[in-house]
This record gives sequence, structure tokens and C-alpha cells, in this order.
Amino acid sequence: MTLARRIIPCLDVDAGRVVKGIEFEGLRDMGDPAELAARYNREGADELVVLDISASHQGRSTFLDTICRVAEQLNIPLTAGGGIRKMEEGRAVLLAGADKVTVNTAAVQRPELISELSQQFGAQAVVLSLDVKRKGDSWEAYTRGGRDATGLDAAEWAAEAVSRGAGEILLTSIDRDGTCSGFDCELTAKIAATVSVPVIASGGANSFDDFFDVFTKGRADAALAASIFHMETQSISAMKKFLADRGVPVRLNR
Amino acid sequence: MKIAIVDYGAGNLPSVERALRKLGAETERAAEPKQVASAKVIVLPGVGHFAAFVAGLRERNLTESLRDAHDSGVPILGICLGLQAMFASSEEAPGESGLGFFPDEVRALPTNVKSPHIGWNQVRRVHESRLLRGIPEDAYFYFAHSYAAPASAAPTVAACDHGVSFAAVIEQKNLRAVQFHPEKSGETGALVLRNFVESVQ
Repeated sequence: MTLARRIIPCLDVDAGRVVKGIEFEGLRDMGDPAELAARYNREGADELVVLDISASHQGRSTFLDTICRVAEQLNIPLTAGGGIRKMEEGRAVLLAGADKVTVNTAAVQRPELISELSQQFGAQAVVLSLDVKRKGDSWEAYTRGGRDATGLDAAEWAAEAVSRGAGEILLTSIDRDGTCSGFDCELTAKIAATVSVPVIASGGANSFDDFFDVFTKGRADAALAASIFHMETQSISAMKKFLADRGVPVRLNR
Repeated sequence: MKIAIVDYGAGNLPSVERALRKLGAETERAAEPKQVASAKVIVLPGVGHFAAFVAGLRERNLTESLRDAHDSGVPILGICLGLQAMFASSEEAPGESGLGFFPDEVRALPTNVKSPHIGWNQVRRVHESRLLRGIPEDAYFYFAHSYAAPASAAPTVAACDHGVSFAAVIEQKNLRAVQFHPEKSGETGALVLRNFVESVQ
């Protein structure tokens, strides 16, 4: 009996569409969130993450509708977030059909947000989204989609968030994000050893080997990726078989 | 047969509702004592904090009607926190009383493992289970909790290990309870719910 390592596809959503950021190009349309969600549910994803990356207010207003349409397609857990600043916004996301809510920028500005959400909905419903860049021998936490340095040490901030009631850490390496050079296993192992809650690794995934590495060397509890799944270059079921053959506990049956 | 889903003011009602309806079951939300009192089948879903759960039931005067329903043998399925609420108390909320269908206390998961216990885990069959009928021994179920009922504390038919052996599936007379979320456990979870629906028809 073993807790399975989770494979989590992520949908970055802008104004009701799944998008992918392309260097020098801006955003490329990757499809309808509900359609992609249904596909991943069918292919054996262990969970789904939907992030609102809308820059505009108008884009944001459609996000709750997107969560609702995505949740309709799933019989696996759904995590949603992006730009959540207040307890009531978190509640709305959960009521729309998400099981967990992610917080980042607003939690750095006002860490009590984590405590409030956790007390109301339980630690299992609160995910700290931690975007980090390497700084010498350690890592620094960033907010606003990787634009603003916080001066906070990533491991220290992760520990504080957990003590306030965050039940999981969604850890993104900004250095690796979009580079296809693999997860930052050193970073993931560092945070996983620091906190008592599960760590979801994100940023840089490109191959089955990257996932194997982050579950073994990186000691991640779950691993998240977006474009490699959207492009249908890698299927989730094939990846799980690859991992299972190499001794990583994954959920193969549906 | 219509299934009454207890609405205590929080929790994961829509997903439980959706999962039951996909099986063809008719559901209604029960937020008033008379709805619980007239129910033929009850589902008690729950997420969040034990104290908020029992307070939610108390404020809506649902505690006594649930105890009455249990006394008169109405089938009740508790899910996650709904399982924990069937116990007398929980370490999560000292001083608060649960429904007391089982006498023991729900305890925090040990500190030598990651908590919350979040993710897909397998269960160990201890006794013949109606809810797990037709489900492979190595199937995975989705868990998300920081507290659990010790496997020895209740009529446990399947246990799960995460630092400690805890009750994953409980079955006793009219009572059924699962610590995992069947509504989030893929096709396997749907089969658990189907088994429940079929067993009460």
C-alpha cells in the first residue's frame, strides 16, 4: 500500500480559453478548458489545476464560469486559483466546483489570508503557489506571475505558509519554466524536506525522465506540467506506465 | 429512491450531487430537520473543520434528526469529514461532540508522515465489504484529510496506512462511511457510490 505520486496537467486560462505563453509571440490558443479537462480525466490524470492568468478584469469575470464548466467534466480533484486576494474570492472558487484554491501574491502581502482560508475550508483545500528563482545557494519567492521579487527566502516562506495552514505547496521554478530542461530537482528536494505537507513540482517538464527524476531525486509528491500534455506529444497513461516500470508508485487503474 | 444529501452550510455538495446523478440516482439537499426526518437514504458529505461541521449541523437542528434517522435504521453514507462526524469526538475540536454513532475519538495523523494525507492511496480489506464489491484489491482512492479514525475504533472493513492504520471504509448495519472521496476517485469511486445506491434500493 503506497500513496501514489500524482501527475497533474495544468490549464492556464485567459478569458475562457486555455493558452500557452510563447516567447516573443505572446499567448497561443490551446483549446477549450472543458474539452481538455475531459480528455485528461479520461487519460488518467490524478488531478487538474486551472490557473487564471487573465490580465484584464473582463477575463477574470469568466473564470468562475470556466471552473464550473471544467468541474462538470471531472471525477478527479480540481485545484483553481490565480489572482485570489480575499477569502470571499476563495469561497467563490470552491463553490464553483474547485476542491482546492491556490494563493500566491495576496498571501505574501497578507499571510493571514492563508489562515483564514484554512480555518474556513480546511488545510486540504489551501495550496500555496510558490514561484521561485535561484539566488546564490538558495531560492527567492516571487509574486505577480514571476514579475516581483519579494525578498523572502522560498524555504522560509513555505514553512510559514504551512504553519498558517497551507495544506500543499505548488512549487514553480521560474528559471526552468518554459525551458524544457527538466524540473529543478534540487529545489524540489529542498522544499520537500523543509515542509510537512505534499509538494507539487512545476516548471521545465519535457520528458518522462524528467518526471522520474523529480519523483526520485526531487522527492516530489506530485508533478505538474502544461504544454507537453496539451500538445499530445506525451500521453499521461504512457508516462504512468513508464514510471511504474521503474518502480515509482502511480495509479494505473482508473 | 431519492437520496437526501445533508447540507450543513459548507462542504462539497455539488460534486457529490453530480456523481450520484450520473448514476441515475435522484437527490435532494436536506438543510432542514424535517427533510432529514423523512429521508429514506442519507448521504453526509463533508470537507473542512470538524468544529465547523458539527456547529453547522447544530445550528440547523440537524444533529438530533440524524441521530433519530440512524436509530430507525435509515441507511447513511458518511464521506470524509462525514465519516469523522459519526464518531463521538475529534482531536481537531476538543470539547465538541460528534454524532456519536461510534464511541471513539478521531485523531490527528502522526507527525512522521506528510499531513494532510493528500492523494491516491490503496486500502487493505479486513472484512467482506458491500461498498467495495467488484473493485480490484489494488485500486486507488483519493484521500484529502489530516485526521482519521483509528482502524480499531470502528467496524472497519477496509483500512489504509499513512503513518498509522486508519478506517478507510466502515460498514455496520445501516451505517456506511468512507474516509476517501468517492466523488473524486474516478471510475473506482463511481463504483463505490453505485454499490451504495444499489444496496439501499
